[in-house]
Amino acid sequence: MVELRVNGHAYELDAPVGRTLAEALRLDLGLTGTKVACGEGHCGACTVQLDGVPVLSCITLLHTVGGREVTTIEGLAEHPLVDAFVRADALQCGFCTPGQIVSAAALVESTPQPTSEEVRHAMSGNLCRCGAYPRIEEAVVAWRA
Amino acid sequence: MASLIRTEKEVEGRYTEQWIVVEEDVLEQWPAGPRGIVGRAARRVDGHERARGQATYTADISLPGMLHAAVLRSPHARARVKKIDLTKARETPWVRGAIGPDDCHVLEREPSFQGAPVAAVAAQSAERAREALDMIEVEWEVLEPLLDPDEAVRRESFTDEPRLYARGDVERGQAEADVVVEGEYRTQTVLHNALETHQSVCRWEGDTLEVYTSTQYIWGIRDEVAETLGLPPDKVRVVCHFMGGGFGAKNSPGDYTFIAIALAGQTGAAVRCALTRREENLASGNRNSTIQRLVAGARSDGTLTALSGEYINAIGWDGFSGPTYGPMEMLYDCENVRTQTFGAKLNTPPNAAFRAPGFVEGTFGLECVLDELAAKLDLDPLELRRRNYADHDLVEGRPFSSKNLLDCYRLAEPHWARRKEVRARSDDVWKRGVGLASQVWYGGGGPPSYAWIRVGSDGRATVVTAMQDIGTGTRTAMAQIAAEELGVPLNQVRVELGDSARGPFASISAGSSTTPSMGPAVRAAAADAKRQLIEIAAQRYHLEERVLEIKDGQVISADGGSWPLEEVTGLLEDAQILGKGARGPNPTGMRVLTFGIQVAEVAVDVETGEVRVERIAAIHDVGRIINPLGAKSQVEGGIIQGLGHTLSEERLLDPQSGGTLTQTLDAYKLPTIADVPEIICEFVDKPDEHLTNLGSKGLGEPPIIPTAAAIANAIRDATGADIHSLPITREEMLRALRAAEERRREPERVGAPPA
Repeated sequence: MVELRVNGHAYELDAPVGRTLAEALRLDLGLTGTKVACGEGHCGACTVQLDGVPVLSCITLLHTVGGREVTTIEGLAEHPLVDAFVRADALQCGFCTPGQIVSAAALVESTPQPTSEEVRHAMSGNLCRCGAYPRIEEAVVAWRA
Repeated sequence: MASLIRTEKEVEGRYTEQWIVVEEDVLEQWPAGPRGIVGRAARRVDGHERARGQATYTADISLPGMLHAAVLRSPHARARVKKIDLTKARETPWVRGAIGPDDCHVLEREPSFQGAPVAAVAAQSAERAREALDMIEVEWEVLEPLLDPDEAVRRESFTDEPRLYARGDVERGQAEADVVVEGEYRTQTVLHNALETHQSVCRWEGDTLEVYTSTQYIWGIRDEVAETLGLPPDKVRVVCHFMGGGFGAKNSPGDYTFIAIALAGQTGAAVRCALTRREENLASGNRNSTIQRLVAGARSDGTLTALSGEYINAIGWDGFSGPTYGPMEMLYDCENVRTQTFGAKLNTPPNAAFRAPGFVEGTFGLECVLDELAAKLDLDPLELRRRNYADHDLVEGRPFSSKNLLDCYRLAEPHWARRKEVRARSDDVWKRGVGLASQVWYGGGGPPSYAWIRVGSDGRATVVTAMQDIGTGTRTAMAQIAAEELGVPLNQVRVELGDSARGPFASISAGSSTTPSMGPAVRAAAADAKRQLIEIAAQRYHLEERVLEIKDGQVISADGGSWPLEEVTGLLEDAQILGKGARGPNPTGMRVLTFGIQVAEVAVDVETGEVRVERIAAIHDVGRIINPLGAKSQVEGGIIQGLGHTLSEERLLDPQSGGTLTQTLDAYKLPTIADVPEIICEFVDKPDEHLTNLGSKGLGEPPIIPTAAAIANAIRDATGADIHSLPITREEMLRALRAAEERRREPERVGAPPA
């Protein structure tokens, strides 16, 4: 058993060997906003925050996060970045978008006024096959507008 | 009154004739230019749902008692299953079902590419299912694969009959030319890699089969599944509310759907079959590689006298031989054209349509050879294209329904004029230059397509149609069209789509056809509802219908009266106004095509071969723009995929075994946000006056078409090196630079004694 907090709520979860944080979030807690697109840590779609730091939940084992605070896209539903993404049309199919917003939220937490260059650096681990990148850059730079 | 007519339908250049029923009065097109809602930037109506992770994709569907499938795929490019034993797998405690080649038609006894499905199991979790695959005992006879496309042509191993097209006399055309250029161009195999992998969840509900699937074509899946299983089509319900990208690879059910159906039948449970990313890159389709042997001839004034191309499409084991020849036949006013196209059948994974199949590849070859011609003629490349402008379609001998390519060229001029300044920013290491390429594509859509609209007593409208929004923003565009026609604010309209049991037939989301096919049907449905609302208002307020209109959610009379729409609809309490609309035919005897041009600026490190694209300006002509914000996203997305195709993406095969080496997203290099250049996006935005009640064409595919050629031509401008092969890796760039250097030295050797 592992105890952890997700979006401010406490949970106790079974942690069999090999159980990933992404599986626990999606299958045990029904928090399907976190997407799994590659399952091996290459694309960033499954990004969540662990104590405020973006991590890839598909390659984070559940038993290693006991006692930690996990923030998923569901916990960021009212974050101004959500509006910023919609305003800038920073999503097309939207499958990578939760991961993009979770990454961006960590960036603007530490760097409230990111430059384009900082956005391009911090977000380069979040792939978007639709190519919404120019809009994502615009959304994150102008997230508080 | 319903009228039955026979009309032509086109998807990605494939024409069919069909009967359609048109019930609507013909609506006049709206005047050109932005209106209250249509033609103005609209935020995605489902943007918040998607951004907050609340949208339910097929990947998020979880049904009670659902099992998970895993598929045993052939590790060999060509093999025969001598023996297969599922006993141990079936006896594994957590396995609920196991199927082999005798149990499902997509499972192969003689797999002909690495990744071909051979067997499958269903278990309580995906992980348990994958573990159980090891319990399947297979005895393989490994056979020699055919992997070389040229060899396949020599052996006449074809997927399709070779295609020959000719007009005029190419030999005469070449003889008349002052300059002739020949070249061989190659494009690589590219993988779609939509972030939601191919997947379906299937279950039986009574006598109805439910298929939840990530698809571009709800109705196509319904019909193919029903036909394969021998079911009446209405006993198959296909659902896809949100879809995580397709790019052409999700037009058919695929092996995963039939495997899920077979396992659902065997176990009596709902079954999910979802490809892993590695399976996605192995067995879900690809843009096939091509070899293009091209000849272009022109008179000294630039008039094209001959174009010829031999195209080999390396299709793989199955798939369709795309129109790589299309741009050569369609883009320019050249009387003498000959193309020959072979679809090479190989022991490699089958191709699938990928955003402008054939035209992306063919435009790279054609537009590069044209620039080599321009260089030899010492003619401005934009001027060369202007001089060969086609004012009618030379393939079918038909007029265009509309063509504003000259406007695109004019809008491109300021971007093209930057080349002197761009070149001047070169230094010893980084050479800079500007290149352009032109584009033609289909994108007219067609019938049949239907939409319904219901207006409730609160004055809110719901568009109902069983189409799909694959991420292109069609939900939003349809809401805009309905709101515009009804005369209500955009936030008063909902769009319900994605369910074959919950709405009328809607078109495929492929071939840049969704907006031009569905938009006119939605407008017609809205007009039908509006007509009824005005009839009711006229009776309620004792006015003539002709003095009434609906605007901004108000019923307005010519004498200045104004009533909120919900005052009229409110009379009805729970009753609803229902409007229905159908897509009318395409204009008879005309070719409906899309056009555009892109201008690329690049920097090339001549020491390391690194290529950086710094700026791309795109000007496209797709008729009326419904949503400028969404349209811009489509253009940027197309260019960014084109950038990957040009510089970094390549499926690599082991040349001996035929196995795919690039199955992961670290081996297969997609563009990241850090790779994106400045992108400028402009539209001609003139409605096609002959096309439907909207004048809109599709925009999904045009923007990816000219990108590779524009970049390659910019590299030539920067360095003098001719790019002949994609992707332009550092290796290819350095090869091209060395070849250019050798060419420059050649004249010095003339007259020198032999070494």
